[in-house]
Amino acid sequence: MKLGKVIGNVVCTQKVESFQDMKLLLVQPLNEKLEKNGDPVVACDTVQAGINDIVYYEGGREAALGLKNWFNPSDLTIMGIVDQVNIGE
Amino acid sequence: MILGKVIGNVVSTMKLPVYRGYKILIVQPVNNKEKPQGEIILALDTVQAGVGDTVLVIDEGNSSRLIMNNSTAPVRTMIVGIVDAIK
Repeated sequence: MKLGKVIGNVVCTQKVESFQDMKLLLVQPLNEKLEKNGDPVVACDTVQAGINDIVYYEGGREAALGLKNWFNPSDLTIMGIVDQVNIGE
Repeated sequence: MILGKVIGNVVSTMKLPVYRGYKILIVQPVNNKEKPQGEIILALDTVQAGVGDTVLVIDEGNSSRLIMNNSTAPVRTMIVGIVDAIK
């Protein structure tokens, strides 16, 4: 899993059938200091995240398993919303 | 499996139901000399690891699902051991 911050949403009318009713969010990957790390990515949302939420997301086959309909082409899915990040003791 | 060092943890209330009851730790991958290498990852903890521990991390879905005893869990990264020594 990776940390990211939701920076926007993606509206998309024409999409594959298994993505119907799916919220797509634009996520900026973060490092451990919550600074930007790399380019933004688009992820499917399962936890009703909103703009400015810090989230964690999973890629690969597990991204598809996170959605209700397993037979879908998702390769990034948001798995949870972060309340707090603690670094060090 | 990779070696990593636990550098922190993440508190999260809103999450997928299969993640309930698992601690989420922030892991910095390390090389064989325990020097940081690469980007941080978040991993579910199954061995009660803590900050500062060197740990063994799996980053593969089927193994994680086997450990959770749930064949459909959307989980890939897991801490499966605490390293005592690298010789």
